Amino acid sequence: MNDKNKIIAGLVIFFLVLLFPFWFNLIFGAADASTAPEPKLTDKAKEAETCVAETDHMRTEHMQILDQWRDIVVRDGKRVYVAENGKEYEASLSNTCMDCHSNKEEFCDSCHNYTSVDPYCWDCHTYPEETK
Amino acid sequence: MNTAYLYSLIAVVLLGLLAYIGAEAAGLEVLFGVIIPYLALIVFLVGFANKMLDWGKSAVPFRITTTSGQQKSLPWIKHNRFDSPFTNGQVVVRMLLEILLFRSLFKNTRTGFAKDNQHITYKWVLWLWLFALMFHYSFFVVAVRHLRFFAEPVPFFVSFLEQIDGMLQILLPNLFISGVVLLAGASLLLLRRVFLPKLVYISRPADYFPLFLIIGIAVTGLMMRYISKVDVVRIKELTMGLATLQPSIPEGGISGLFYVHFFFVCILVAYIPFSKLMHMGGIFLSPTRNMANNSRAKRHVNPWNYPVKTHTYEEYEEDFRDKMIEAGLPVEKE
Ligand code: HEC
Ligand code: HEC
Ligand code: HEC
Repeated sequence: MNDKNKIIAGLVIFFLVLLFPFWFNLIFGAADASTAPEPKLTDKAKEAETCVAETDHMRTEHMQILDQWRDIVVRDGKRVYVAENGKEYEASLSNTCMDCHSNKEEFCDSCHNYTSVDPYCWDCHTYPEETK
Repeated sequence: MNTAYLYSLIAVVLLGLLAYIGAEAAGLEVLFGVIIPYLALIVFLVGFANKMLDWGKSAVPFRITTTSGQQKSLPWIKHNRFDSPFTNGQVVVRMLLEILLFRSLFKNTRTGFAKDNQHITYKWVLWLWLFALMFHYSFFVVAVRHLRFFAEPVPFFVSFLEQIDGMLQILLPNLFISGVVLLAGASLLLLRRVFLPKLVYISRPADYFPLFLIIGIAVTGLMMRYISKVDVVRIKELTMGLATLQPSIPEGGISGLFYVHFFFVCILVAYIPFSKLMHMGGIFLSPTRNMANNSRAKRHVNPWNYPVKTHTYEEYEEDFRDKMIEAGLPVEKE
């Protein structure tokens, strides 16, 4: 058998599939896709100046803090979380995080949409409605 | 002591250290984040195409009818269509079963001695098939999920896959089943080659190295997600820069662990065309799988046949008839 043409056709298809990101972004991509969204702070957050932990730590580990909060509330019944800087917070997703960061769409979702993260927490937990 | 896997393990650890130190201490982010990834991709594309075309040149002069079923013959003999395909359509089915379900591995047997230590036995053993399925499919899912870093907006099928992969809804960040299965599958495939004496005997560094490398990729990936967190948003900035051909290293820096992960992937990608991992392309060219067993019904002329100069008996007689008759030799035509 001499299947050179079939092999070349197969290679072309394989490479087209493989290089999907390059042509997909060219055709459908947003122009500024390689600049990450800036999460917007609410006035209330700006006033508070700091989050429950350092900003860099929050950027990467906020879901683990939430996990810890969930455990101390649901398993140990402790609703107070003492931050590293000594401040006390009510360990609550809706009442604490979403109090300072009440602009879910401009804050949480801006990062999450960019990285295709879709927390299922909102199936049960509430967040403030956006008011414009 | 088998040194083949020690060397491979040491090689992978050294490569990891190289990337970690390079990115964390030597400030070589551009090298590990931009230059090496592009180089790896080019090496892969050129190497892969080259290898496939080279294989395509090999002579396959006749149908190789290695089959595991009854070929099509007389109407009252039952034809096994997919183990001895007759038409191209049946060949396609056999190939699909092979590629998607690894049927050859499903037929795996292990040779051993019976209890009396006298008789040889062949046992049907499915572990290899199972581990291979786990490994390949989870690797595929993991690879597709990573498109979330290389496409903006993220395509619907990626989010859909994440939904299914994360359906257990345990841990935070949400556990993706495929990541764990990938590590388990690769580790089990490795353990086979470390603990089964017959496999140790036939295993070379080229068998261990890719396994260690893939385990390294899986471990660093899982670590970044569940243990030593990295800044995913910045990573996507970097990867989107690569995918839109406007590479840049995001401000604020990314953990060295990411560069180790990324470097491992680059090495894997660049290594594929020169290694046993080329079976991803080679499986399509398996001569014992991709040809219909129909030599009895159809004449296949070797396409490599060059025109042979012949001189038939008729032509010979034509040339020498007079002399033959003179010498009294019998001729066919007067
Ligand atoms: C007291 C108000 C307050 C509370 C409560 C709070 N934050 Fe923050 N958060 C802030 C402020 C202010 C910043 C910005 C800090 C900065 O810019 O250095 C911030 C930053 C962040 C960031 C990093 C954003 C970036 O720009 O990189 C994340 C993620 C975050 N918060 C998540 C949370 C989560 C999750 C919770 C609940 C566990 C929470 N925050 C609770 C005020 C708050
Ligand atoms: C099936 C519904 C459900 C889902 C989904 C869910 N939770 Fe909860 N969560 C609860 C309930 C019920 C409580 C207990 C509320 C209480 O005692 O105040 C709770 C409590 C918590 C608490 C502490 C109390 C508070 O007011 O916040 C945190 C933190 C929390 N959950 C985080 C999360 C996060 C993060 C996710 C997503 C990964 C999530 N939860 C998903 C039902 C849910
Ligand atoms: C700086 C960008 C950023 C901001 C702001 C941010 N997140 Fe996230 N969040 C992420 C990233 C990235 C992940 C995924 C991490 C991973 O895959 O390891 C994530 C994951 C999560 C998860 C785990 C989801 C899962 O399915 O794994 C939860 C819960 C979460 N974020 C809650 C929040 C909440 C609530 C806010 C707003 C108060 C918030 N985040 C703001 C970037 C951000």
